[in-house]
Amino acid sequence: MSEFVIEVKGATKTYGKNTVLHGVDLQVRRGEFLTLLGPSGCGKTTILRLLAGFETPTSGQVILDGKDVSHDPPEERHVNTVFQSYALFPHMTVFDNVAFGPRIQGVNGADLEGRVMEALRTVKLDSFAQRRPDQLSGGQQQRVAIARALVNKPLVLLLDESLSALDYKLRKAMQIELKQLQRQLGITFVFVTHDQEEALSMSDRVVVMNTGTIQQIGTPREVYETPANLFVAKFVGEINLLEASVAAVHGDGRYTIDIHGRRFELGARRSFAAQQAVNVLVRPEDLRIWRAGEPRAEDVAQTIEATVEEVIYKGSTVDLMVRLATGEALSATQFFNEDDPVFGNLDYKRGERVEVDWVPGWEVILPHD
Amino acid sequence: MQRYVNIAYATLVYAFLYFPIVILIVFSFNDSTYSLAWHGFTWRWYEKLADNDVLIEVALNSVTIGVLAASLATVLGTLGAVALYHYDFLGKRLVNGLVFVLIMSPEIVMGLSLLTLFVTVQKVAALISESLDASLGFISVLLSHVTFCTPFVIVTVLSRINGFDRHLIEAAKDLGASEFYTFRKVILPLLMPAVVAGWLLSFTLSMDDVIITQFVSGPDYELLPLRIYSMVKRGITPEVNALSAIMFVATLVIVAIAQALLKENKQ
Amino acid sequence: MTRSRSNPFRRVATGSIFWWLFIFALIPNAMVVMVSFMPRGETEFVELGLTLESYGKLLDPLYLQVFWESFWLATLTTLLCLVIGYPFAYIIGRAPRHLRPLLVLLVIIPFWTSSLVRTYAMMILLGTQGVINTALIALGLITEPLELLFTPGAVVAGLVYTLLPFMVLPLYASIEKLDVRLIEAARDLGARKLTTFRKVIIPLTMPGIVAGCMLVFLPGLGMYYVSDILGGAKTTLIGNLIQRQFLSARDWPFGSALSVTLTLTMALMLWAYVVAARRAAQKVEA
Repeated sequence: MSEFVIEVKGATKTYGKNTVLHGVDLQVRRGEFLTLLGPSGCGKTTILRLLAGFETPTSGQVILDGKDVSHDPPEERHVNTVFQSYALFPHMTVFDNVAFGPRIQGVNGADLEGRVMEALRTVKLDSFAQRRPDQLSGGQQQRVAIARALVNKPLVLLLDESLSALDYKLRKAMQIELKQLQRQLGITFVFVTHDQEEALSMSDRVVVMNTGTIQQIGTPREVYETPANLFVAKFVGEINLLEASVAAVHGDGRYTIDIHGRRFELGARRSFAAQQAVNVLVRPEDLRIWRAGEPRAEDVAQTIEATVEEVIYKGSTVDLMVRLATGEALSATQFFNEDDPVFGNLDYKRGERVEVDWVPGWEVILPHD
Repeated sequence: MQRYVNIAYATLVYAFLYFPIVILIVFSFNDSTYSLAWHGFTWRWYEKLADNDVLIEVALNSVTIGVLAASLATVLGTLGAVALYHYDFLGKRLVNGLVFVLIMSPEIVMGLSLLTLFVTVQKVAALISESLDASLGFISVLLSHVTFCTPFVIVTVLSRINGFDRHLIEAAKDLGASEFYTFRKVILPLLMPAVVAGWLLSFTLSMDDVIITQFVSGPDYELLPLRIYSMVKRGITPEVNALSAIMFVATLVIVAIAQALLKENKQ
Repeated sequence: MTRSRSNPFRRVATGSIFWWLFIFALIPNAMVVMVSFMPRGETEFVELGLTLESYGKLLDPLYLQVFWESFWLATLTTLLCLVIGYPFAYIIGRAPRHLRPLLVLLVIIPFWTSSLVRTYAMMILLGTQGVINTALIALGLITEPLELLFTPGAVVAGLVYTLLPFMVLPLYASIEKLDVRLIEAARDLGARKLTTFRKVIIPLTMPGIVAGCMLVFLPGLGMYYVSDILGGAKTTLIGNLIQRQFLSARDWPFGSALSVTLTLTMALMLWAYVVAARRAAQKVEA
């Protein structure tokens, strides 16, 4: 048994002149929660449909459990899908919806009843078996859709933007529930979403996609903290982008970087040439704002002057928009500090002059596009 | 003020639509052959109708053709609509084009083209063997009625399929259903209201058709509208009034059934 | 689109409709076109050969007159239906929401009633001893019955009567969809009632107007039994002419040529409409 339940090899999909997938390679490990993340039209749903069998690759292969299924129709693949619209059969009860798959497999009588009810219990809907889909709330319909797929014990469960139709609070709750369900059942989940927060909070690994190609595959932490390129950096979470250039190369991954005339000694995993134009990326929560008179942390080496433009109170944090002398706007998320009675309550004024730096080593340096 | 003008105008148009029919029904109970003055109430014309064996026979012919044509057209049209929606096949554009042509082309054009086809078949059959009888009659009428009803079933059913979630069909296949199982358990039940509406529409179209039937029925096979046509051409007879009144009431019943089904469909 | 391997259900579904329409729509129409180019036969309906004779006959002023009169009557019918039907459809389309289904149902019932029966009802109304004449004489307005039946006017009245629901239903559908806020917005921006109607309501209900006109005009050309019953021998329309070629005169090539010409004329009109609609759409985009 191979380590991978699904392997996609060089999959390309074209509709007429329009290529939506450019030679994608992807391996899905057994029992993992994998999320395909990207903006609409990036090809994530196409991959899911290739896995389900609703589309066949123009070239390349889809290998399921060691067998090439590229051209098998959906009804012959041992994977199941939870659709964005749920696609519950409106003319059947919840029970009949869930029993649809097992009945085709020839399961009936007490066996059928047992399996269906067990699946409904897993999603806590066993008391709703005789309802019709239109008598259920959005969240309940969602669970029926999951039960209908899970009852077939698929090798892989495919979820297409499955939570996007739910409201914010319910979505949060379902995220946790789905994650728990996946862990408890040990089934491989392939989840498609355009919501980066959802992707980060649920997945074992995230596949970030854009324009039909994979941009980065990694754990949520890897994708967030060490984005492979500017697209990933900008798409996954908010990020500040500083135009810069390499002033000196010291070897061993150490560089002097010039940001608007200020020189910073920074480290990078990639290698850059002297004078190369680069971008220095800093997450808002890593940006530090120093007010006039505020005691600096010990590790402050170099700062950039800025003016506070906007102060947004968020409850648990205060978000600042500051503008540099060069005109670039940065956003910074500041946390309250009750131990600091003077500066900890974050009562910034608009127009206030501040200095900006960031937690050393938490920046990412990428070549300029 | 505007409101009363509106109501008055609408009432006037409704009167225009219903007045002739009401007059017709009223005079089907008038105890006089020619005069339009009221001569008292009578069931005479209905009794005469009941005794008219020929009329009853052609009425039965009409119902037979109506039921058979509507049923065949519904099967053909429903399968056709599913095929047009669901599959890519050689000749799909041709089928789409022909459906459009059949709906738009005047009945008379369809009638004469089918007549040309049937007469040609008849000649060819006669050439092959003298015992092959392909003269006009029941079969040619039935085939023609199915042909002009089918496009309407296709359009009715297609408009409903277009309304439902494409993922439903994918979901069925995803759960392991074959094409036929998907059709039987998912597509057909969901299409049912449109299928029934298509059947009723076909039935009324078939019962109402004069033009095409006149072309393809031949001398030995007659349907009700044709018989009424020839009776009407001879002038006004209260018997036709009575028959028309019955047909009107029958239409009311069918419309009522159709409405009830549509309502159920909405819920 | 499913392109998976061929299976029996798929083959039955696609094959049955394809072959049915191929045999009963494509072939017959192709045959009519062929027949229209063949010479009239002595013993059989047609003889083998190729001739434009039948199309030549169409240029006979007598037949041109028939064509002209048919189009004129159908146009008149369409305009009358539109003039009567539009305000009516507007009224029921703007009626209180709970009343609308009933009001529409009342239009649908005549639409589902046999058109032959309704034509006959018209005959009862218009005859020399018909309801209208009897009433007018009884009221002392006239002494001699008016000649209403067997006139072109009677044919138009009959066509309007049978075809009015075909005009009203599509109009109603497009008027009901009309967003009231658009009308209010136009008024709010200072448009007078008439301007609002011309610049907002008419353009937005155009699809309904066009559909309604098609549904009235096309049958209006072909419903020969209406002119046969209500127009008597005096009014000959294309429909009557074609029917006679096939069912009594036995001149199939000429009947076919008439039919082909009629179809082509209608196709031309449809095409003109499509082109016009596309132009209008481009104008909007530009």
